[in-house]
This record gives sequence, structure tokens and C-alpha cells, in this order.
Amino acid sequence: MQLKVENLEVSYGNIKALHGVSFSVDAGEIVTIIGANGAGKSTTLRAISRMVPSAPGSVLEFNGQDILKYSADKVVAKLGISHVPEGRRIFGNLTVTENLTLACFARKDTDQIAKDLKWVFDLFGRLEERKDQLAGTLSGGEQQMLAVGRAFMSGRKIMLLDEPSMGLAPLLMLDMFDALKEINKTGTTILLVEQNARLALKFAQRGYVIENGTLVLEGKASDLLDDPEVKKAYLGA
Amino acid sequence: MESLGELFTYFLQNLINALQRGSFYAVISIGYSMVYGVLMLFNFAHGDIFMVGTYIGFGIATLLLAAFASILPGWTIFIGTVVITMFLASWIGVFVEVAGYRPLRSAPRASAAITGLMIGIIFETGILIMLGAKRLSFPPLMESVTYNIGGVFLTNVKVMIIIISLLLMIALQFFIQKTKWGMAMRAMSYDFLAVPLMGVSINIIAPLTFAIGAGLASVSGILYGQAYPILDPYMGVIIGWKAFVAAILGGRGSIKGAALAGYLLGFIEIFVATIFPSTLRDLIAYSIILLILTYRPRGFFGMEHSTKLRL
Repeated sequence: MQLKVENLEVSYGNIKALHGVSFSVDAGEIVTIIGANGAGKSTTLRAISRMVPSAPGSVLEFNGQDILKYSADKVVAKLGISHVPEGRRIFGNLTVTENLTLACFARKDTDQIAKDLKWVFDLFGRLEERKDQLAGTLSGGEQQMLAVGRAFMSGRKIMLLDEPSMGLAPLLMLDMFDALKEINKTGTTILLVEQNARLALKFAQRGYVIENGTLVLEGKASDLLDDPEVKKAYLGA
Repeated sequence: MESLGELFTYFLQNLINALQRGSFYAVISIGYSMVYGVLMLFNFAHGDIFMVGTYIGFGIATLLLAAFASILPGWTIFIGTVVITMFLASWIGVFVEVAGYRPLRSAPRASAAITGLMIGIIFETGILIMLGAKRLSFPPLMESVTYNIGGVFLTNVKVMIIIISLLLMIALQFFIQKTKWGMAMRAMSYDFLAVPLMGVSINIIAPLTFAIGAGLASVSGILYGQAYPILDPYMGVIIGWKAFVAAILGGRGSIKGAALAGYLLGFIEIFVATIFPSTLRDLIAYSIILLILTYRPRGFFGMEHSTKLRL
């Protein structure tokens, strides 16, 4: 198992957002966590990438290494865990190329950086067309491509994705998930958090369902798609 | 009545003086703007960092002059003073960030502001204890030569102050636009919470920003010492506040704006003093600034940053 999360607890002030979440992800897998708004999906990803502190007793391990020993920037630079945050958070005052280059800040493998940049531009042709444009002038879909491309450049082993479908037109959504499949084929594990449960479960191999800060269901994505509870609560059927 | 030519000469003379004064404000106010851009706080110790930088420059200049004045040409001593002072003063900047502001990253902004003021007082009294209350005089690092160009009096010191300040700002612009550290600073000014996700350590970028601000201020201090060669522990207070005003006028976080507003401040001060009695200079100059800010509260270049400052 590549990523191990055990008894993860996170609080914002007095409010407990996660009540001991445990799950694991194997190398090369596509795993999704689905759930309603405020269920704790984003918080789970933020705890893994060390953007929010987790309570004592929480266990976060990546390839056997204790994630909690690293700060947010080292989680990316040393462990290769990249995070596409909610709302994209691209740097609007930097050009597209600068956004992608900044993601390589801690990398020393200059040759591979050039190859990766080319790979991202091949994957997202729109980004190459606009590479010298300020990222703030991109459309929503292009900004999402940039956010994913940037994460690909920053760390290679696992990509945490927070609602990549948000605000995208249906066709763009499908394109985005095709691109994520390509990224997965390069050997990058994908942990995806989504409100669009149908899309996420069709894309992933395994899934977890989170409710009020607790995982309530897990299983093969195809089984979850057929699960009557999931259907009722998340698939609008 | 004065002829038009005389009036023009008079104008040019004041323009040169304004450029010199503006150079100090511009270079110092950039230090405020850079830090604000990166950490969204105003480093109220910056005026006193300028003061400490000037004292360091004074110390280095005195040492180098004593050791090498008879062997080396004057310009090498000048360059040596600038380089060594800049290096040492940037560590003052790093110290202020690490010891003063880093523990307060998640504290309310008011705590950081008060800390800044306290650090300033510690620096002032520290210098007072170490060197006493007597005023020191900055040794001249070059022989002053005055040129008379069609009635406009120029000294080589003035020209040097203006040119070196410009060069510093051009070098800074290059650093910010072309290097990866500069890129990280720009990214931080847009969305500092997303920056660690790029593998960029805020604990490198923040002290680096302070170091650059302090380094620039210290060179400005050496130049200031050449124009007004008297040092006292409170010399950073007034000039620091004025540079802060320039940073606000330029638009919070905007380096370009800070530089521009610094020069503008120099111009307003000098030209107000040519028309009105000099005792009224600050009153009138800052009333003008207040008026500008009333109509343009975000300054010249209100910073472009993400509205998403939370997770």
C-alpha cells in the first residue's frame, strides 16, 4: 500500500471536521472519496498534504514514511505528493509557463523538467497555445488544466485532486477525466475527491463514501454505483 | 523679474534635489512593499532596519578607510563598503523575520504591527547603549566635486546617489521577474496559501524578502550618509514613516508603485519648500498626499491578488 491513513482526526477550532478516518491507496490506483458538501472530503486531502494540522494519534504514511514529519512544501518536494486544491488556486499574476515552472521550484532534474513540460503541453494543447499569457486571463476550464498540469510538474507519485469537475461544462469535464487517465498511465496514483459522484465512480477503481467526517462505505467503484444507499443519496436515482 | 531661463535653471536645480531625495524614499519604500506583498504585513521596523544598516555601513566604511585608504583607490573602498554592508544588513532582515514575525504568522495582524514597532525601539535603544547618544559623522567615501552645468549645480555625490538607486531598482526588477525566487515572491503576493503546494518553502521566501529589503535599505543608508553625514539612532524614524507613506501611496504590495510614489514624495517635498516656508513643508506635502489618497484610497497600483486568502 502506498498511502496509509489511519484514525485521521482534524479540527477547525472547536469544530471537529474528521472523526478518525482510515483508508489506504495502492500505488497506481485511482481511488475516489465521494460525499456531500462539508462532509470532510477537502479536509482529508488537506491533512495529507499538511495544509491543515491533524490531531495527535492520527497516522499518515506514504511508502512507509511518516508524512507528519514533513511540512507542506516538503510533502510535495520530498515525497512527491501533489495536490490540486479546491478552486484551482492558480497564480493569476504569473504566466502559464511560470505557473508550471514554479511547481518545479524544489526539483533539480533539469532535463526531466523540460520533458515534463512538453508532456503537459502535449496533454493540454490549450495551455501551450497560451503559454505566455497571464494565468488570470484563462477560462475556467483552462485554469483547471493549468492546476492539474502544475500538480503533475510538482510531484509525480500521487496526485490529490479536489473537485476537478467543479465549474466545468459537461464536455470539458469528460476531457479533464480523460487527461487524468493519461496522468494515471504514467504511474501516478490518483486520489480524487468529488461531489459529482457518478462521474467519480465511473472513473475510479475503488471508492469511499464520507459522511459527517466519517467513512461510512467502501468498495469497488462499480459496486458503489449499484449500491442502493449510494444511489439514493448521491446519484439522484 | 527673473528671466524664463533663470526660472528654468532654478527648476532643474530643484529637480535634481528632488530626484536625490526621492531616491531614498523609493529604495526604502520598496522594502515595505515587498514584505507586504509576500506576507501581507507592514514591517514597521523597516525604518530602523535602515538606521541599523546605515550604522553598519558607517562601521565598515570606517574600518576599510582606516585599513586601505592609503593603498586602494577610493571607488574600491566605496564598492567594498556597499557589498559588505549589504551582506551584513540582509542578515538583520533575516533576523527580524525569523525572531520577530515568524512566530506570529497565524496571529492577528495587529500583533505583528506592534512587534514591528517594538523591534524598532529595541534597535534604537540597542544602538544608543552600544554607541552612546553622541552623533557620529559618516566618513565621505569620495571627494566631492561640484559641476556647474549652465547654472545648475551638480555634485558627483548627487549623481551617484541617483544612479546607484536606479541601478538597485533595475537589479531588483530583474530578480523578481527572471529568477525562480522572484517568481515565488510574485506567486506569494497573489495567493500565499497555495505556494507551499508548489514545493516552495515559505520559510525561505519570507526571510529572503526581508533580506533584500534590508540590503536595499542599507545601501540607501550609505548613500544617505554621503548626502547627510550625521548618524543618530532615531534617524530611521522619520524617513521610515515617509517611505511607508510612499508604499501606501504606491499601492500596497506594488514595488513599481512604491518606487514611483517615493520619487513623487521627493518631488512634492522639494517643490513645496521652494514655494512655501520650509517649516510648512511637511504639513503641505502630506496634505497633498492625503488628498490623493482620499480620491485613490488603494494608491497608484492597488495590488492584484487572489480574493481567496483562506483555505
